Amino acid sequence: MKNIIDVKNLSKSFDISSKKPGLKGTIAHFFNRKTKSLRVINDISFEIKEGEIVGFLGANGAGKTTILKILCGLIYPSQGSILVSGFLPFRRKDNFLKNITLIMGQKQQLIWDLPPIESFYLNAAIYDLDRFEAKKRIKKLSDMLEIDEELFIPVRKLSLGQRMKSELLAALIHEPNILFLDEPTLGLDINAQRNLRKFLKKYNKETNATICLTSHYMKDITSLCKRVICVHNGSISYDGKLDLLLNKLSPIKEILLVCRSEEDAIKLQNSGFSIKNKTKNEITIIVENKSITTSLKTILDNFDIEDLYINEPPVDEIIGKILIKKDYDI
Amino acid sequence: MISNLINRKIFTLLKVQYSNMLEYRVEIALWAISGIIPFFMLNIWTSNALNESIKISDIMLSRYFVSAFFVRQFSVVWVVFSFEEDSLMGKLSPYLIQPINPFFRYFAQHIAEQITRFPFALIIAIFFFVFNPESIWIPNLDILFLSIISTFLSFLIQFLIQSIVACLCFWTEKASSIERLLFIPTLFLSGLLAPVASFPEYVKSWIFLTPFPYLIDFPANLLSGNETNISGGFSMQIIWILLLFPVFRKIWSAGTKKYTAMGS
Repeated sequence: MKNIIDVKNLSKSFDISSKKPGLKGTIAHFFNRKTKSLRVINDISFEIKEGEIVGFLGANGAGKTTILKILCGLIYPSQGSILVSGFLPFRRKDNFLKNITLIMGQKQQLIWDLPPIESFYLNAAIYDLDRFEAKKRIKKLSDMLEIDEELFIPVRKLSLGQRMKSELLAALIHEPNILFLDEPTLGLDINAQRNLRKFLKKYNKETNATICLTSHYMKDITSLCKRVICVHNGSISYDGKLDLLLNKLSPIKEILLVCRSEEDAIKLQNSGFSIKNKTKNEITIIVENKSITTSLKTILDNFDIEDLYINEPPVDEIIGKILIKKDYDI
Repeated sequence: MISNLINRKIFTLLKVQYSNMLEYRVEIALWAISGIIPFFMLNIWTSNALNESIKISDIMLSRYFVSAFFVRQFSVVWVVFSFEEDSLMGKLSPYLIQPINPFFRYFAQHIAEQITRFPFALIIAIFFFVFNPESIWIPNLDILFLSIISTFLSFLIQFLIQSIVACLCFWTEKASSIERLLFIPTLFLSGLLAPVASFPEYVKSWIFLTPFPYLIDFPANLLSGNETNISGGFSMQIIWILLLFPVFRKIWSAGTKKYTAMGS
Protein backbone atom coordinates (compact mmCIF):
# COMPACT_ATOMS: atom_id res chain seq x y z
CA MET A 1 0.00 0.00 0.00
CA LYS A 2 1.25 3.46 -0.82
CA ASN A 3 1.71 6.28 1.64
CA ILE A 4 -1.15 8.75 1.58
CA ILE A 5 0.25 11.02 4.30
CA ASP A 6 3.90 11.87 4.42
CA VAL A 7 5.18 14.20 7.14
CA LYS A 8 8.83 15.13 7.52
CA ASN A 9 10.36 17.29 10.25
CA LEU A 10 7.14 19.14 10.89
CA SER A 11 7.20 21.96 13.44
CA LYS A 12 4.64 24.56 14.40
CA SER A 13 5.01 27.56 16.65
CA PHE A 14 2.33 29.94 17.87
CA ASP A 15 2.87 33.46 19.15
CA ILE A 16 1.14 33.77 22.48
CA SER A 17 0.88 36.70 24.83
CA SER A 18 0.88 36.25 28.57
CA LYS A 19 -0.66 38.52 31.18
CA LYS A 20 -0.01 38.81 34.87
CA PRO A 21 -3.08 38.81 37.14
CA GLY A 22 -4.58 41.93 38.70
CA LEU A 23 -5.06 45.53 37.63
CA LYS A 24 -1.32 46.20 37.43
CA GLY A 25 -0.89 43.21 35.14
CA THR A 26 -3.82 44.34 32.99
CA ILE A 27 -2.42 47.86 32.57
CA ALA A 28 1.05 46.54 31.83
CA HIS A 29 -0.49 44.11 29.31
CA PHE A 30 -2.39 46.97 27.65
CA PHE A 31 0.66 49.20 27.16
CA ASN A 32 3.40 46.65 26.73
CA ARG A 33 2.06 43.40 25.39
CA LYS A 34 4.69 40.71 25.54
CA THR A 35 4.42 37.80 23.19
CA LYS A 36 6.52 34.71 23.03
CA SER A 37 6.80 31.98 20.49
CA LEU A 38 5.54 28.65 21.74
CA ARG A 39 6.57 25.54 19.84
CA VAL A 40 3.60 23.20 19.90
CA ILE A 41 4.85 20.70 17.33
CA ASN A 42 8.47 19.82 17.47
CA ASP A 43 10.19 18.24 14.46
CA ILE A 44 7.94 15.25 13.93
CA SER A 45 7.97 12.79 11.05
CA PHE A 46 5.63 9.94 10.19
CA GLU A 47 3.91 8.25 7.29
CA ILE A 48 0.41 6.86 7.01
CA LYS A 49 -0.62 4.30 4.43
CA GLU A 50 -3.81 4.29 2.41
CA GLY A 51 -6.66 2.64 4.29
CA GLU A 52 -4.94 2.77 7.69
CA ILE A 53 -6.77 3.85 10.83
CA VAL A 54 -4.32 5.68 13.05
CA GLY A 55 -5.05 6.95 16.53
CA PHE A 56 -3.26 10.03 17.85
CA LEU A 57 -2.86 9.78 21.60
CA GLY A 58 -1.71 12.45 23.98
CA ALA A 59 -2.65 14.50 26.99
CA ASN A 60 -4.58 17.77 26.57
CA GLY A 61 -2.33 20.30 24.85
CA ALA A 62 0.13 17.65 23.63
CA GLY A 63 -0.35 18.80 20.04
CA LYS A 64 -2.43 16.02 18.49
CA THR A 65 -5.29 18.28 17.35
CA THR A 66 -2.78 20.76 15.93
CA ILE A 67 -1.27 17.91 13.89
CA LEU A 68 -4.71 17.06 12.48
CA LYS A 69 -5.39 20.71 11.69
CA ILE A 70 -2.08 20.99 9.85
CA LEU A 71 -2.75 17.78 7.94
CA CYS A 72 -6.12 18.99 6.72
CA GLY A 73 -4.73 22.39 5.73
CA LEU A 74 -6.39 24.53 8.37
CA ILE A 75 -3.14 25.67 9.92
CA TYR A 76 0.00 26.73 8.13
CA PRO A 77 3.08 24.80 9.31
CA SER A 78 6.14 26.70 10.56
CA GLN A 79 8.67 24.16 9.26
CA GLY A 80 8.86 20.82 7.54
CA SER A 81 7.26 19.14 4.58
CA ILE A 82 3.81 17.58 4.41
CA LEU A 83 2.15 15.75 1.59
CA VAL A 84 -1.41 14.55 1.97
CA SER A 85 -2.79 12.60 -0.96
CA GLY A 86 -0.08 14.21 -3.08
CA PHE A 87 -1.05 17.79 -2.11
CA LEU A 88 0.46 20.44 0.10
CA PRO A 89 -2.48 20.78 2.53
CA PHE A 90 -2.02 24.44 3.44
CA ARG A 91 -2.56 25.46 -0.19
CA ARG A 92 -6.12 24.16 0.16
CA LYS A 93 -6.57 23.33 -3.52
CA ASP A 94 -10.09 22.29 -4.45
CA ASN A 95 -8.98 18.80 -5.50
CA PHE A 96 -7.31 18.30 -2.13
CA LEU A 97 -10.32 19.58 -0.19
CA LYS A 98 -12.59 17.23 -2.14
CA ASN A 99 -10.44 14.34 -0.89
CA ILE A 100 -10.57 15.06 2.83
CA THR A 101 -12.91 15.82 5.67
CA LEU A 102 -12.49 17.03 9.22
CA ILE A 103 -14.95 16.23 11.96
CA MET A 104 -14.60 17.88 15.32
CA GLY A 105 -16.71 16.63 18.20
CA GLN A 106 -19.06 19.33 19.49
CA LYS A 107 -18.28 21.63 16.55
CA GLN A 108 -20.83 21.70 13.85
CA GLN A 109 -21.17 22.74 10.28
CA LEU A 110 -24.90 21.99 10.04
CA ILE A 111 -27.21 24.98 9.79
CA TRP A 112 -28.74 25.21 13.25
CA ASP A 113 -32.29 26.24 12.35
CA LEU A 114 -32.79 24.02 9.32
CA PRO A 115 -33.18 20.25 9.01
CA PRO A 116 -29.89 18.45 8.24
CA ILE A 117 -31.13 17.49 4.76
CA GLU A 118 -30.74 21.17 3.71
CA SER A 119 -27.11 21.19 4.80
CA PHE A 120 -26.53 17.91 2.97
CA TYR A 121 -27.81 19.30 -0.32
CA LEU A 122 -25.79 22.46 0.23
CA ASN A 123 -22.63 20.42 0.81
CA ALA A 124 -23.46 18.29 -2.21
CA ALA A 125 -23.61 21.43 -4.37
CA ILE A 126 -20.37 22.75 -2.86
CA TYR A 127 -18.67 19.46 -3.76
CA ASP A 128 -20.12 19.54 -7.29
CA LEU A 129 -22.47 16.59 -6.87
CA ASP A 130 -25.65 16.62 -8.91
CA ARG A 131 -29.00 16.19 -7.18
CA PHE A 132 -29.38 12.53 -8.22
CA GLU A 133 -25.93 11.55 -6.96
CA ALA A 134 -26.48 13.53 -3.75
CA LYS A 135 -29.77 11.72 -3.13
CA LYS A 136 -28.10 8.37 -3.68
CA ARG A 137 -25.27 9.14 -1.28
CA ILE A 138 -27.59 10.57 1.38
CA LYS A 139 -29.65 7.37 1.19
CA LYS A 140 -26.57 5.15 1.42
CA LEU A 141 -24.99 7.05 4.32
CA SER A 142 -28.24 7.47 6.23
CA ASP A 143 -28.79 3.71 5.97
CA MET A 144 -25.28 3.09 7.26
CA LEU A 145 -25.76 5.60 10.07
CA GLU A 146 -29.28 4.39 10.78
CA ILE A 147 -30.89 7.82 10.57
CA ASP A 148 -34.05 8.59 8.69
CA GLU A 149 -36.70 10.88 10.16
CA GLU A 150 -34.00 12.96 11.85
CA LEU A 151 -32.98 14.28 8.43
CA PHE A 152 -36.12 16.38 8.31
CA ILE A 153 -36.09 17.79 11.84
CA PRO A 154 -34.35 21.14 12.53
CA VAL A 155 -30.84 20.55 13.86
CA ARG A 156 -31.55 22.47 17.06
CA LYS A 157 -34.21 19.87 17.97
CA LEU A 158 -31.92 16.84 17.51
CA SER A 159 -30.15 15.02 20.32
CA LEU A 160 -26.35 15.16 20.45
CA GLY A 161 -26.07 11.63 19.06
CA GLN A 162 -28.47 12.36 16.18
CA ARG A 163 -26.62 15.59 15.48
CA MET A 164 -23.27 13.83 15.41
CA LYS A 165 -24.60 11.28 12.93
CA SER A 166 -25.91 14.11 10.77
CA GLU A 167 -22.55 15.88 11.06
CA LEU A 168 -20.86 12.72 9.85
CA LEU A 169 -23.23 12.44 6.92
CA ALA A 170 -22.62 16.08 5.98
CA ALA A 171 -18.89 15.58 6.24
CA LEU A 172 -18.87 12.38 4.20
CA ILE A 173 -21.29 13.21 1.43
CA HIS A 174 -18.41 13.88 -0.97
CA GLU A 175 -16.93 10.46 -0.13
CA PRO A 176 -13.53 11.70 1.05
CA ASN A 177 -10.73 9.18 1.17
CA ILE A 178 -9.06 10.75 4.19
CA LEU A 179 -10.99 11.41 7.39
CA PHE A 180 -9.59 13.55 10.16
CA LEU A 181 -11.62 12.96 13.30
CA ASP A 182 -10.94 15.06 16.35
CA GLU A 183 -12.72 13.58 19.36
CA PRO A 184 -15.70 12.41 17.30
CA THR A 185 -17.39 10.66 20.23
CA LEU A 186 -17.04 13.55 22.67
CA GLY A 187 -20.18 13.86 24.77
CA LEU A 188 -21.97 10.91 23.18
CA ASP A 189 -23.61 8.20 25.27
CA ILE A 190 -22.24 4.65 25.22
CA ASN A 191 -24.65 3.39 22.56
CA ALA A 192 -24.04 6.37 20.30
CA GLN A 193 -20.28 5.91 20.72
CA ARG A 194 -20.56 2.23 19.80
CA ASN A 195 -22.71 3.00 16.74
CA LEU A 196 -20.27 5.63 15.57
CA ARG A 197 -17.34 3.23 15.89
CA LYS A 198 -19.31 0.56 14.03
CA PHE A 199 -20.02 3.05 11.27
CA LEU A 200 -16.39 4.17 10.97
CA LYS A 201 -15.20 0.55 10.75
CA LYS A 202 -17.75 -0.15 8.04
CA TYR A 203 -16.89 3.03 6.15
CA ASN A 204 -13.19 2.17 6.28
CA LYS A 205 -13.86 -1.38 5.09
CA GLU A 206 -16.15 -0.34 2.24
CA THR A 207 -14.21 2.64 0.94
CA ASN A 208 -10.64 1.91 2.09
CA ALA A 209 -10.57 5.45 3.48
CA THR A 210 -7.67 6.49 5.67
CA ILE A 211 -8.73 7.63 9.13
CA CYS A 212 -6.72 9.77 11.52
CA LEU A 213 -8.39 9.92 14.88
CA THR A 214 -7.86 11.60 18.21
CA SER A 215 -9.92 10.57 21.19
CA HIS A 216 -9.74 10.50 24.93
CA TYR A 217 -12.07 7.49 24.96
CA MET A 218 -9.76 4.52 24.87
CA LYS A 219 -12.52 2.30 23.51
CA ASP A 220 -12.45 4.41 20.30
CA ILE A 221 -8.75 3.79 19.95
CA THR A 222 -8.70 0.10 20.87
CA SER A 223 -11.65 -0.86 18.70
CA LEU A 224 -10.64 1.18 15.64
CA CYS A 225 -6.88 1.63 15.53
CA LYS A 226 -4.22 -0.99 14.99
CA ARG A 227 -1.60 1.74 14.97
CA VAL A 228 -1.19 4.64 17.36
CA ILE A 229 1.01 7.72 17.37
CA CYS A 230 1.61 9.03 20.89
CA VAL A 231 2.29 12.74 21.11
CA HIS A 232 4.02 14.25 24.12
CA ASN A 233 4.77 17.98 24.29
CA GLY A 234 4.67 18.26 20.51
CA SER A 235 6.99 15.31 19.86
CA ILE A 236 6.20 11.75 18.94
CA SER A 237 6.93 9.44 21.85
CA TYR A 238 5.68 6.26 20.20
CA ASP A 239 4.60 5.32 16.70
CA GLY A 240 3.63 1.70 16.14
CA LYS A 241 1.18 -1.08 16.79
CA LEU A 242 -1.20 -0.60 19.68
CA ASP A 243 -0.95 -4.27 20.72
CA LEU A 244 2.80 -4.03 20.96
CA LEU A 245 2.56 -0.94 23.11
CA LEU A 246 0.00 -2.47 25.44
CA ASN A 247 2.04 -5.62 25.72
CA LYS A 248 5.15 -3.65 26.50
CA LEU A 249 3.46 -1.52 29.11
CA SER A 250 1.48 -4.33 30.63
CA PRO A 251 3.38 -7.58 30.04
CA ILE A 252 1.44 -9.60 32.62
CA LYS A 253 -2.08 -10.82 33.24
CA GLU A 254 -3.78 -11.87 36.45
CA ILE A 255 -5.70 -15.16 36.51
CA LEU A 256 -8.22 -15.81 39.22
CA LEU A 257 -8.65 -19.57 39.65
CA VAL A 258 -11.53 -21.10 41.63
CA CYS A 259 -10.47 -24.56 42.78
CA ARG A 260 -12.97 -27.34 43.67
CA SER A 261 -11.42 -27.67 47.15
CA GLU A 262 -9.12 -25.78 49.43
CA GLU A 263 -6.59 -28.65 49.18
CA ASP A 264 -6.34 -28.06 45.43
CA ALA A 265 -5.76 -24.37 46.09
CA ILE A 266 -2.93 -25.15 48.51
CA LYS A 267 -1.43 -27.60 46.01
CA LEU A 268 -1.57 -24.90 43.33
CA GLN A 269 -0.02 -22.36 45.72
CA ASN A 270 3.00 -24.59 46.13
CA SER A 271 3.42 -25.44 42.46
CA GLY A 272 5.79 -22.61 41.58
CA PHE A 273 3.39 -20.02 40.05
CA SER A 274 3.72 -16.40 41.09
CA ILE A 275 0.87 -15.87 43.55
CA LYS A 276 -0.81 -12.54 44.09
CA ASN A 277 -3.26 -13.62 46.78
CA LYS A 278 -5.26 -16.57 48.08
CA THR A 279 -8.54 -16.89 49.97
CA LYS A 280 -9.89 -20.39 50.77
CA ASN A 281 -10.31 -22.11 47.40
CA GLU A 282 -9.69 -18.98 45.30
CA ILE A 283 -6.21 -18.10 44.17
CA THR A 284 -4.90 -15.30 41.96
CA ILE A 285 -1.73 -15.96 39.98
CA ILE A 286 0.35 -13.62 37.82
CA VAL A 287 1.40 -14.90 34.40
CA GLU A 288 3.42 -13.29 31.63
CA ASN A 289 1.42 -12.61 28.46
CA LYS A 290 3.72 -14.74 26.33
CA SER A 291 3.31 -17.84 28.53
CA ILE A 292 -0.39 -17.56 29.27
CA THR A 293 -1.47 -20.47 27.05
CA THR A 294 1.09 -22.94 28.37
CA SER A 295 0.47 -21.88 31.98
CA LEU A 296 -3.26 -22.38 31.60
CA LYS A 297 -2.79 -25.79 29.98
CA THR A 298 -0.54 -26.92 32.85
CA ILE A 299 -3.05 -25.74 35.45
CA LEU A 300 -6.09 -27.31 33.78
CA ASP A 301 -4.22 -30.61 33.24
CA ASN A 302 -2.94 -30.90 36.80
CA PHE A 303 -5.51 -29.24 39.05
CA ASP A 304 -9.25 -29.55 39.55
CA ILE A 305 -10.42 -26.06 38.54
CA GLU A 306 -14.07 -25.10 38.84
CA ASP A 307 -13.84 -21.67 37.19
CA LEU A 308 -11.30 -19.10 36.03
CA TYR A 309 -11.16 -15.39 35.16
CA ILE A 310 -8.41 -13.60 33.23
CA ASN A 311 -8.03 -10.00 34.31
CA GLU A 312 -6.28 -7.48 32.10
CA PRO A 313 -5.33 -4.11 33.53
CA PRO A 314 -7.72 -1.44 32.13
CA VAL A 315 -6.47 0.00 28.84
CA ASP A 316 -7.17 3.52 30.16
CA GLU A 317 -4.68 2.89 32.94
CA ILE A 318 -2.00 1.70 30.54
CA ILE A 319 -2.58 4.50 28.06
CA GLY A 320 -2.56 6.94 30.94
CA LYS A 321 1.09 6.02 31.49
CA ILE A 322 1.89 6.92 27.89
CA LEU A 323 0.44 10.36 28.22
CA ILE A 324 2.86 11.35 30.93
CA LYS A 325 6.00 9.67 29.61
CA LYS A 326 8.28 11.06 26.97
CA ASP A 327 9.68 8.01 25.21
CA TYR A 328 8.63 4.45 24.54
CA ASP A 329 11.41 2.57 22.91
CA ILE A 330 9.67 -0.56 21.66
CA MET B 1 -20.13 23.44 -17.66
CA ILE B 2 -18.02 25.35 -15.10
CA SER B 3 -20.50 28.23 -15.05
CA ASN B 4 -23.30 25.70 -14.52
CA LEU B 5 -21.50 24.28 -11.51
CA ILE B 6 -20.87 27.74 -10.08
CA ASN B 7 -24.47 28.69 -10.70
CA ARG B 8 -25.69 25.56 -8.95
CA LYS B 9 -23.45 26.27 -5.97
CA ILE B 10 -24.64 29.86 -5.73
CA PHE B 11 -28.27 28.94 -6.37
CA THR B 12 -28.20 26.23 -3.67
CA LEU B 13 -26.42 28.56 -1.25
CA LEU B 14 -29.06 31.22 -1.87
CA LYS B 15 -31.92 28.77 -1.54
CA VAL B 16 -30.63 27.32 1.73
CA GLN B 17 -29.77 30.72 3.17
CA TYR B 18 -33.21 32.04 2.17
CA SER B 19 -34.85 29.11 4.01
CA ASN B 20 -32.64 29.95 6.97
CA MET B 21 -33.53 33.64 6.84
CA LEU B 22 -37.24 32.85 6.76
CA GLU B 23 -36.72 31.30 10.20
CA TYR B 24 -35.77 34.81 11.36
CA ARG B 25 -38.58 36.76 9.68
CA VAL B 26 -39.59 38.61 12.87
CA GLU B 27 -36.01 39.74 13.45
CA ILE B 28 -35.73 40.84 9.82
CA ALA B 29 -38.95 42.85 10.13
CA LEU B 30 -37.46 44.57 13.18
CA TRP B 31 -34.18 45.24 11.36
CA ALA B 32 -36.16 46.75 8.48
CA ILE B 33 -38.00 49.01 10.93
CA SER B 34 -34.71 49.96 12.56
CA GLY B 35 -33.56 51.35 9.22
CA ILE B 36 -35.95 54.27 9.22
CA ILE B 37 -33.27 56.87 10.06
CA PRO B 38 -33.80 58.59 6.66
CA PHE B 39 -37.44 59.33 7.61
CA PHE B 40 -36.33 60.98 10.86
CA MET B 41 -33.76 62.97 8.94
CA LEU B 42 -36.41 64.03 6.43
CA ASN B 43 -38.54 65.33 9.27
CA ILE B 44 -35.62 67.30 10.72
CA TRP B 45 -34.77 68.78 7.32
CA THR B 46 -38.27 69.80 6.34
CA SER B 47 -39.44 71.06 9.72
CA ASN B 48 -36.43 73.36 9.89
CA ALA B 49 -36.63 74.32 6.20
CA LEU B 50 -32.99 73.34 5.83
CA ASN B 51 -33.58 72.16 2.26
CA GLU B 52 -34.06 75.73 1.08
CA SER B 53 -30.36 76.37 1.53
CA ILE B 54 -29.48 73.60 -0.93
CA LYS B 55 -32.29 74.40 -3.33
CA ILE B 56 -34.07 71.05 -3.13
CA SER B 57 -37.84 71.10 -2.90
CA ASP B 58 -39.69 69.34 -0.06
CA ILE B 59 -40.99 66.73 -2.47
CA MET B 60 -37.61 65.98 -4.01
CA LEU B 61 -36.07 65.81 -0.57
CA SER B 62 -38.68 63.38 0.66
CA ARG B 63 -38.13 61.24 -2.46
CA TYR B 64 -34.40 61.36 -1.76
CA PHE B 65 -34.84 60.08 1.79
CA VAL B 66 -37.32 57.36 0.73
CA SER B 67 -34.77 56.28 -1.86
CA ALA B 68 -32.01 56.44 0.76
CA PHE B 69 -34.17 54.21 2.94
CA PHE B 70 -34.49 51.66 0.13
CA VAL B 71 -30.82 51.79 -0.80
CA ARG B 72 -29.87 51.33 2.84
CA GLN B 73 -32.27 48.39 3.20
CA PHE B 74 -30.60 46.58 0.33
CA SER B 75 -27.02 47.44 1.08
CA VAL B 76 -26.79 46.72 4.80
CA VAL B 77 -23.75 44.55 5.51
CA TRP B 78 -22.90 42.74 8.72
CA VAL B 79 -20.33 40.25 7.46
CA VAL B 80 -17.69 41.41 9.95
CA PHE B 81 -19.86 40.40 12.90
CA SER B 82 -20.73 36.98 11.46
CA PHE B 83 -17.14 36.33 10.48
CA GLU B 84 -15.81 37.43 13.85
CA GLU B 85 -18.22 35.14 15.69
CA ASP B 86 -17.48 32.19 13.41
CA SER B 87 -13.77 32.82 13.75
CA LEU B 88 -13.81 33.07 17.54
CA MET B 89 -16.21 30.16 18.07
CA GLY B 90 -14.34 27.82 15.74
CA LYS B 91 -17.17 27.61 13.21
CA LEU B 92 -14.90 28.91 10.49
CA SER B 93 -12.74 25.77 10.43
CA PRO B 94 -15.24 23.47 8.68
CA TYR B 95 -15.95 26.21 6.13
CA LEU B 96 -12.26 26.66 5.41
CA ILE B 97 -11.79 23.07 4.36
CA GLN B 98 -14.61 23.17 1.84
CA PRO B 99 -13.87 23.96 -1.80
CA ILE B 100 -15.65 27.30 -1.69
CA ASN B 101 -14.47 30.53 -0.13
CA PRO B 102 -16.42 31.04 3.14
CA PHE B 103 -17.24 34.59 2.05
CA PHE B 104 -19.59 33.12 -0.56
CA ARG B 105 -21.67 31.83 2.36
CA TYR B 106 -21.81 35.28 3.93
CA PHE B 107 -22.55 36.83 0.56
CA ALA B 108 -25.47 34.43 0.04
CA GLN B 109 -26.68 35.16 3.58
CA HIS B 110 -26.82 38.88 2.76
CA ILE B 111 -28.64 38.40 -0.54
CA ALA B 112 -31.10 36.00 1.11
CA GLU B 113 -31.67 38.51 3.89
CA GLN B 114 -32.33 41.25 1.34
CA ILE B 115 -34.93 39.11 -0.41
CA THR B 116 -36.58 38.38 2.96
CA ARG B 117 -36.41 42.05 3.90
CA PHE B 118 -38.00 43.30 0.67
CA PRO B 119 -41.71 42.94 1.63
CA PHE B 120 -41.12 44.61 5.01
CA ALA B 121 -39.29 47.51 3.39
CA LEU B 122 -42.11 47.84 0.87
CA ILE B 123 -44.74 47.95 3.64
CA ILE B 124 -42.79 50.69 5.46
CA ALA B 125 -42.52 52.70 2.23
CA ILE B 126 -46.25 52.28 1.55
CA PHE B 127 -46.97 53.60 5.05
CA PHE B 128 -44.79 56.60 4.29
CA PHE B 129 -46.60 57.31 1.02
CA VAL B 130 -50.01 56.98 2.67
CA PHE B 131 -49.07 59.91 4.91
CA ASN B 132 -47.13 61.76 2.20
CA PRO B 133 -49.07 61.12 -1.05
CA GLU B 134 -47.44 64.12 -2.75
CA SER B 135 -44.08 62.26 -2.61
CA ILE B 136 -45.28 59.31 -4.70
CA TRP B 137 -43.40 58.93 -7.95
CA ILE B 138 -42.84 56.17 -10.43
CA PRO B 139 -39.30 56.11 -11.80
CA ASN B 140 -39.00 55.03 -15.41
CA LEU B 141 -37.74 51.50 -16.04
CA ASP B 142 -34.27 52.58 -17.16
CA ILE B 143 -33.72 54.61 -14.02
CA LEU B 144 -35.17 51.85 -11.86
CA PHE B 145 -32.82 49.33 -13.45
CA LEU B 146 -29.79 51.62 -13.04
CA SER B 147 -30.77 52.31 -9.44
CA ILE B 148 -30.95 48.60 -8.68
CA ILE B 149 -27.52 48.11 -10.25
CA SER B 150 -26.00 51.02 -8.33
CA THR B 151 -27.58 49.77 -5.08
CA PHE B 152 -26.06 46.35 -5.73
CA LEU B 153 -22.67 47.95 -6.45
CA SER B 154 -23.03 49.94 -3.23
CA PHE B 155 -23.69 46.67 -1.42
CA LEU B 156 -20.61 45.14 -3.07
CA ILE B 157 -18.41 48.06 -1.95
CA GLN B 158 -19.66 47.78 1.62
CA PHE B 159 -19.34 44.00 1.54
CA LEU B 160 -15.74 44.27 0.36
CA ILE B 161 -14.84 46.93 2.93
CA GLN B 162 -16.32 44.86 5.75
CA SER B 163 -14.76 41.66 4.42
CA ILE B 164 -11.35 43.34 4.51
CA VAL B 165 -12.00 44.46 8.08
CA ALA B 166 -13.33 40.98 8.92
CA CYS B 167 -10.08 39.41 7.72
CA LEU B 168 -8.30 41.41 10.43
CA CYS B 169 -9.80 38.80 12.79
CA PHE B 170 -6.83 36.68 11.79
CA TRP B 171 -4.61 39.18 13.61
CA THR B 172 -6.89 40.74 16.19
CA GLU B 173 -9.88 39.02 17.75
CA LYS B 174 -12.06 42.13 17.78
CA ALA B 175 -12.06 43.33 14.20
CA SER B 176 -15.62 44.58 14.60
CA SER B 177 -14.29 47.50 16.67
CA ILE B 178 -12.53 48.75 13.51
CA GLU B 179 -15.83 48.44 11.68
CA ARG B 180 -17.48 50.59 14.36
CA LEU B 181 -14.86 53.23 13.65
CA LEU B 182 -15.68 53.05 9.94
CA PHE B 183 -19.39 53.38 10.69
CA ILE B 184 -18.93 57.03 11.66
CA PRO B 185 -17.77 58.29 8.23
CA THR B 186 -20.25 55.89 6.60
CA LEU B 187 -23.07 57.48 8.56
CA PHE B 188 -22.07 61.08 7.92
CA LEU B 189 -20.53 60.98 4.47
CA SER B 190 -22.70 58.42 2.71
CA GLY B 191 -25.78 60.61 2.42
CA LEU B 192 -27.83 58.75 4.98
CA LEU B 193 -28.22 61.76 7.27
CA ALA B 194 -28.01 64.47 4.61
CA PRO B 195 -27.62 64.59 0.84
CA VAL B 196 -23.96 65.14 0.02
CA ALA B 197 -25.12 68.15 -2.05
CA SER B 198 -25.78 69.93 1.24
CA PHE B 199 -22.10 69.78 2.25
CA PRO B 200 -19.82 72.80 1.69
CA GLU B 201 -18.00 72.77 -1.65
CA TYR B 202 -14.51 72.22 -0.19
CA VAL B 203 -15.78 69.22 1.84
CA LYS B 204 -17.59 67.78 -1.17
CA SER B 205 -14.44 67.92 -3.29
CA TRP B 206 -12.69 65.36 -1.08
CA ILE B 207 -15.78 63.38 -0.02
CA PHE B 208 -16.26 62.36 -3.63
CA LEU B 209 -12.79 60.82 -3.63
CA THR B 210 -13.86 58.41 -0.88
CA PRO B 211 -16.20 55.45 -1.42
CA PHE B 212 -18.81 56.82 1.02
CA PRO B 213 -21.02 59.00 -1.24
CA TYR B 214 -21.41 56.06 -3.63
CA LEU B 215 -22.96 53.96 -0.90
CA ILE B 216 -26.23 55.88 -0.40
CA ASP B 217 -26.12 59.34 -1.94
CA PHE B 218 -25.44 58.32 -5.55
CA PRO B 219 -28.00 55.47 -5.80
CA ALA B 220 -30.59 57.48 -3.83
CA ASN B 221 -30.20 60.53 -6.07
CA LEU B 222 -30.44 58.29 -9.11
CA LEU B 223 -33.64 56.59 -7.91
CA SER B 224 -35.32 59.76 -6.68
CA GLY B 225 -34.64 61.64 -9.91
CA ASN B 226 -32.40 64.25 -8.32
CA GLU B 227 -29.58 65.64 -10.35
CA THR B 228 -26.55 63.34 -10.36
CA ASN B 229 -23.61 62.37 -12.54
CA ILE B 230 -24.67 58.88 -13.61
CA SER B 231 -21.58 57.79 -15.55
CA GLY B 232 -19.26 59.37 -12.97
CA GLY B 233 -21.09 57.65 -10.11
CA PHE B 234 -21.00 54.23 -11.75
CA SER B 235 -17.34 54.69 -12.71
CA MET B 236 -16.41 55.50 -9.14
CA GLN B 237 -18.39 52.53 -7.81
CA ILE B 238 -16.62 50.19 -10.22
CA ILE B 239 -13.21 51.74 -9.48
CA TRP B 240 -13.74 51.20 -5.75
CA ILE B 241 -14.75 47.59 -6.31
CA LEU B 242 -11.71 47.02 -8.51
CA LEU B 243 -9.49 48.61 -5.87
CA LEU B 244 -10.99 46.79 -2.90
CA PHE B 245 -11.22 43.31 -4.40
CA PRO B 246 -7.45 42.68 -4.75
CA VAL B 247 -6.92 44.11 -1.26
CA PHE B 248 -9.45 41.62 0.04
CA ARG B 249 -7.79 38.74 -1.84
CA LYS B 250 -4.38 39.72 -0.51
CA ILE B 251 -5.47 40.11 3.10
CA TRP B 252 -7.50 36.88 2.93
CA SER B 253 -4.52 34.97 1.62
CA ALA B 254 -2.20 36.43 4.27
CA GLY B 255 -4.79 35.97 7.00
CA THR B 256 -5.47 32.29 6.36
CA LYS B 257 -1.76 31.66 6.84
CA LYS B 258 -2.06 33.25 10.27
CA TYR B 259 -5.20 31.28 11.16
CA THR B 260 -4.78 29.33 14.35
CA ALA B 261 -8.21 27.65 14.36
CA MET B 262 -8.86 28.82 17.88
CA GLY B 263 -12.02 27.64 19.55
CA SER B 264 -11.96 24.44 17.56
